[in-house]
Order: sequence, then structure tokens, then C-alpha cells
Amino acid sequence: MAIEQVDPELVEFDVRTDEMLINMGPQHPSTHGVLRLVLRTDGEVVTNVVPHIGYLHRCAEKIGEKLSPRQWIPYTDRLDYLAGMNMNLGWAMAVEKLLDLEISDRARHLRVMMCELNRIASHLVAAGCYGLDLGSFTPFLYTFREREKILSLFEEVCGARLTYSYITPGGVTADLPPGWLDRCEQFLGEFEEVIPELHAVLTSNEIFIRRTAGIGVLSREMAVNYGTSGPVLRGSGVDWDLRRDGEVRVTKMYEDYKFEVIVEVEGHYPQDRDDYPPVPPEAVLGDCWHRFYIRMIECVQSIILIRQAMEKYRQCDEPLGEPIKTNQRLPKGEAYLETEAPKGQMGFMVVGDGTAIPWRVRARSSSFCNLSVTGEICRGCLLADVPAIVGSLDIVLGEIDR
Amino acid sequence: MAEYLVQFGFPVWLAYGGIAVVQCMILLGIMMGAAATFTWMERKVSGRIQDRLGPTRVGGRFGWLQSPADGIKLLCKEDLIPKDADPILFRLAPYISFSASFSVFLALPFANGWVAQHLNMGVFFILAVAGLEVYGVMLGGYSSGSKWSLYGCIREAAQVVSYEVPLGLCVLIPVMVAGTLDLVTIGNMQQGWGWNWMIFHSPFMFVTFFIFVTCAVASTNRAPFDLAEAESELVAGFLTEYSGFRWSVFFMAEYGSMVMVSGLGAILFLGGWYGPIPVAELLGLTHANHAILGWLGDLLGACNFLFKAFLGVTVMMWLRWTLPRLRIDQVMTTCLKYCVPLAAAMFVGVVLWSYALPGGIFPRKTPLGAVAEGPTWPAPQATGGETP
Repeated sequence: MAIEQVDPELVEFDVRTDEMLINMGPQHPSTHGVLRLVLRTDGEVVTNVVPHIGYLHRCAEKIGEKLSPRQWIPYTDRLDYLAGMNMNLGWAMAVEKLLDLEISDRARHLRVMMCELNRIASHLVAAGCYGLDLGSFTPFLYTFREREKILSLFEEVCGARLTYSYITPGGVTADLPPGWLDRCEQFLGEFEEVIPELHAVLTSNEIFIRRTAGIGVLSREMAVNYGTSGPVLRGSGVDWDLRRDGEVRVTKMYEDYKFEVIVEVEGHYPQDRDDYPPVPPEAVLGDCWHRFYIRMIECVQSIILIRQAMEKYRQCDEPLGEPIKTNQRLPKGEAYLETEAPKGQMGFMVVGDGTAIPWRVRARSSSFCNLSVTGEICRGCLLADVPAIVGSLDIVLGEIDR
Repeated sequence: MAEYLVQFGFPVWLAYGGIAVVQCMILLGIMMGAAATFTWMERKVSGRIQDRLGPTRVGGRFGWLQSPADGIKLLCKEDLIPKDADPILFRLAPYISFSASFSVFLALPFANGWVAQHLNMGVFFILAVAGLEVYGVMLGGYSSGSKWSLYGCIREAAQVVSYEVPLGLCVLIPVMVAGTLDLVTIGNMQQGWGWNWMIFHSPFMFVTFFIFVTCAVASTNRAPFDLAEAESELVAGFLTEYSGFRWSVFFMAEYGSMVMVSGLGAILFLGGWYGPIPVAELLGLTHANHAILGWLGDLLGACNFLFKAFLGVTVMMWLRWTLPRLRIDQVMTTCLKYCVPLAAAMFVGVVLWSYALPGGIFPRKTPLGAVAEGPTWPAPQATGGETP
């Protein structure tokens, strides 16, 4: 009797390892909140990643349709709770667009100051938590130490450390307390000295480079097609920043400010000083390392912007102007405006029907679009790369689920 | 000690058995104390490194209350066994790790002759028993019934088994130079001034020490090689489902093996219980002068040894709080592509060096490879007594 030939495919099937489906989150330490990732893994290799969201849904938009724009400001604080000022700004400017309202120069400089300070705070959290995602605990505490100083500055201005409700349609709620500018300048001086420390412990660390360079490469086309924005988009080499390229209302806020968009040009970044680490040869444009480095350099850019704003604020002696009243009637019509928040383009839409309560409120979150690339760039990476990639996208679930 | 008791008319089994129990208890006490000290130290070191205020303020004078508070908390915690866990293996696993980690101290000398059980192949015993620790971790990860734990234990198995190869090679090099597996003899060969330490035997040996440190950190699962726990990827790896007392048993096993590899490194490379300056000898604290003086000299040696072991542990803590974690493929690459070939090359280098300079550069009190003359401390005779 002839020996039956074994089907080669069957043999291959026999030695193949089984795929395993595992849940990462929603209570996993490194998914930055309550994100749930369903991983299909073959040993250590991740073959598929599906993000699941909605664990932090608080009906913020629907609540916005029951409150007047001024009353909804505290809810915007809780969208991206790491950058409350920028969220306030987005909503305030959208409402101003609907009302066709102009604000005073004094309020404008205050807004720039606060938003850029908050951008530094947000990027510090991103950098620190990224270290945590890679297993390095210490930078996290260094960055939070610096962030605390920013929060103390905010506390002096508006009384809150996290949910500020400071920037409102029509301007800001209060002027600066006496001596604040000096304390802010002192902080900026201290912070400038800390940045090389952070570079030493993270950016230029050999293990850090090995864990991030060439990992999670997001190509230029994919970044544009998925609608990513902010450092994720610029990390892929797209020269796009709403502070420069946005609507007139947004660019006018940064009128007569000198700044550069932080994007790689021929292996170099604007504002990267000599004592900052160079781009390592292993790094590919669009990988985790670039996304991380852009945030670090944006902090430097923000320092420059804050210094300019403080100078302009000092020279400006026109009155601050009054924010809109709670019962301010909204005209019929709709307005949509996107601003450059630390994590990307934050858009707010408001539809007025002639009453004080908007008929429709909608938010467009940058983290949502940035998260959508996860499945694409995590495919085929190792299990340990998943936190590295998700961390480099710097998402905030409060903003995604709203 | 047991011999004295026998002289006073105790039956042999009682004398040896009793002394064995006493020695075990002393060792266990030392190691428990060490674990408490190290948790305290880890807090202080990490607090300083990370610029945190808490650890410099909390817990009374020098924060001594923190460790007892920790212990009480761990004992009072709810004893959880997951529904899907294998209850017997789940309970058994921590104790396997613990006993493996602590049995090693039976053969680890703290000073000249201060060893619970003097084995003439102590190095071999230590490596063999320390390798058993991985079984506890594997059982714990497997029996937890959690996929994250399974990942942790598989990683641990792959990593520890791989790193035992370069670790073994690194240990083999000083053993080859010394010509003995007896840790007491190896330690005594490094008597005298600091340049008699094994690490200064040759440039190759110097490099070997750093390979040894890398492999030691990796085989104890400390950062940056803590892949089995990897809290940002695997939640807590094999420890995910453990809580309370069982978790603390794993924890103590980890600290035990940290002390063990530091101590082993100190004996094999850093002069064991001899300092860089032979203080005991210069002060005349030797057994040749008087038994009490000799005992004092040994006590000084034990302090010396413990200081070196603590220094090793501190370096491990420093690494842990500074470096990010490697990825599993990078960990394996480091082992197989760099550590193993380098260790092998160093082995060849040391062989050639010893061939060219058989007596070493500096004259030694106890020459290297002096097996023919016998160890300075009498090796144990075969006795009818029970061994611990």
C-alpha cells in the first residue's frame, strides 16, 4: 500500500502557533485613559489592532445644546483635560465667529500666553507619559514637576489648576494678577534649563532611540488621508499648522508674532539648538521618535511665543474688554472653526437659532483622527511597540469620547 | 559548632540538625531584614533620583516606619485567587521562587569561612539553584489563568534561560583563573591590596565584569530587562493576579536574587570580603594572632562584603530608575549577539593571559590556581550529620 503523501499545507498548519486575542484596556495602565485595544497576537507579534472607544462618553455635545455658550465653557475644559485653555479657546473663537465679535488686543495677547503655556503643559505630559510607556519612570516625574509650575501660574490667573474656564467668548474672564509676568518669566528661564535634561534622559538615550526610531512609521500620504493633525501630522513631514495656515480669525490671533512651524527640513528642525540631540540615523520621518521630538521642540517654540506675548502685553494699554453675557442671543446661522490645540486641530461647530441656547453643538477632536491610524501602523509590530506607538500619538480619551 | 556539641555528649544527628536549623533561621532572618532594608532603600534611592518629596518626608525618622507599614498592609490584604486560576499551582508558585532564591544563601559565604554550608563547588550550586527560580515564575504565570500573566512567564522563561549562558561563561572565567569552584577559596585568593582583586587580573577580566553585570541584571529581571513584569505592556506580567502575601513572597524572592547576584559578583570579581586596603591585616586582626582578633577581622570582612553587595543592589536600582525598558527582541539580541560572543572572547583572552603570565602581574599571598595546596579554610569532611 502506498504511503499517503501528507498535505504540505496541513504540516504547515500543524507547526503554526495559535493566534491569541487579547484585550488591552480599558483599565490597562498604558492606554492613556480608558481606551480599549483588541490585539490579535501571534506570539509577540501583533497582527491586528482594533481600538474601541466610548468608555468616557459624557454627552458633552448634547449638554451644549441645553446651555448657553458661556455656560458650556466648563464642559470644554473637560474635553482635552490636559489642555483646557486651548479647548476654551476653540469654543470661544467659534462662538465669536458666529457672533462676528472682535476682541481687544490685550485679551488676544493673554490668550496667546495662556494657550502656549498650556501647550507646554500638554506636551510635558505627553513626553513624561511616553517615557512611562517605554518603561522609564523618572522622566515622568521630571516633566510633572515642571507642569506643576505652569499649573500654579494658571491657578494665580483663574483659580483652577486643571479646568480653567478662563478664555470665554469675547475675551478672557480676568486680567493678570500683579507680578505674574515676572513669575512667568522666571518659570520660562527654569524650564529652558530643564529641556536639555529631558533630552539627556529620553531623546538621546540609546535604549529610547532603539525603542522609537523606525517604529510606527506613518507615511506622509497616510497622515494626510487619515486626517491626522498636530504633532502627528508634522511628525510625518507635513508643513501644516493652523496658527499660520488656518482661517483668518485664527491667524489674526497670532498676527505680528514671529514663529516657525516645527517640521523637519533636511534632517533639521527649526529651533533645535546645538545642545539638543541630532536626529539619529536610525530614525525615519514619521516614526515615534520624530513625533516625540516635535513636541519637545514645540515647547521651545512656545517659550519664544510666550516671551513675545508678554512683551506685547506689557506695551498694550487698551482695556481688556467684556466677555459676552450668559443670556447673549445667538444669531441664526452656523459657524465652524478649527484651532491648533496641542494635540492637533480642535474644531467646534455651533448653530444658532436666534435664542441664547445653540441649536446644535459639535466638536471635532484631533485625538480621534490621530487614533484612527493605530490599526494601520501597529500591524506587524511587537507587543511592546503598541504602547510606544499609541503613546507617541498622544491621545486624550476625554476629547475622543466627549 | 556542631563538633563542640558532639564533644559535650549530644547525639550527632541532634547536634548537626539543630545547628542546621539555627543557621537557616539566621539566614532567613538576615534575608527578611535585607528585603525590608531594600524596599526602604529603593524608596529612598528612587525618591532622590526622581526629585520626589514624599520619600524624604514620610514614615518617621529616616522613614523607618514605611517598611513595617508595607509589611502589615501586604499581610492584611485580601487573598485573591482568580476564578480561572489553577488553585494549587497558583499557591505553590511563590514558594518555589522563594525557596530557590533563598537556598542560594546556604552556599554564599559572607566572610572567610562564614558560610552556612561550605561546599567545594559553591559556584555550581549557586548557579544551579538560582536557575530554579524561573520555575516559580513560570508556574505563577501559567496558573494565573490570565493572558498577560502567560506572556510574562513565557518572556521570563526565554530571557532567564538565555541569559544563563553568558552568565555562566562570565562566572566560569574567574573560576578558571582561580582553579576552584569553592567560593571561600576564590574569595581568599583576592586577599591583600585592591589590585589583587580578580577584576584587575587582566583587561579581559575587567571587561568580563561588565558583561557579568549586564547578565546579572537581566537574569534577576530588573529594569531595563524587566520584561516579565513590564507594567506598561503586560500590566504586571506574571504578577498581575497576585496580591497580598503571595505577591510579597515573589517580591522578596526578587530582592533575594538581587543580593545573591551582587554578592556573587563581589566574591568573583571585587575581592569578596577583602577591601581595597587590607585594614584587618594591618591592624593585626588575623586568626594567627588570636581567635577573637581573627573573628573581629572576619566581622570586618562580612561588613565589607555586605557593603559591596549593597553597592551592587544600589547600582541596579539606579539603572532601574534611569533607563527605559528594552523590547523582547532587543533583549534576546543583546544576549545572543553581544553577551555570549563577548564572554566567549573574554574567556579565550583570559586563557591566553594566564598562559603568558601564570602568576598574574602582582604577587599574591594565595597564588591563583592553588588547588594543589588546598583551600585555606578546611573543606568540610564527610559527616554522618544531617545537612540543611
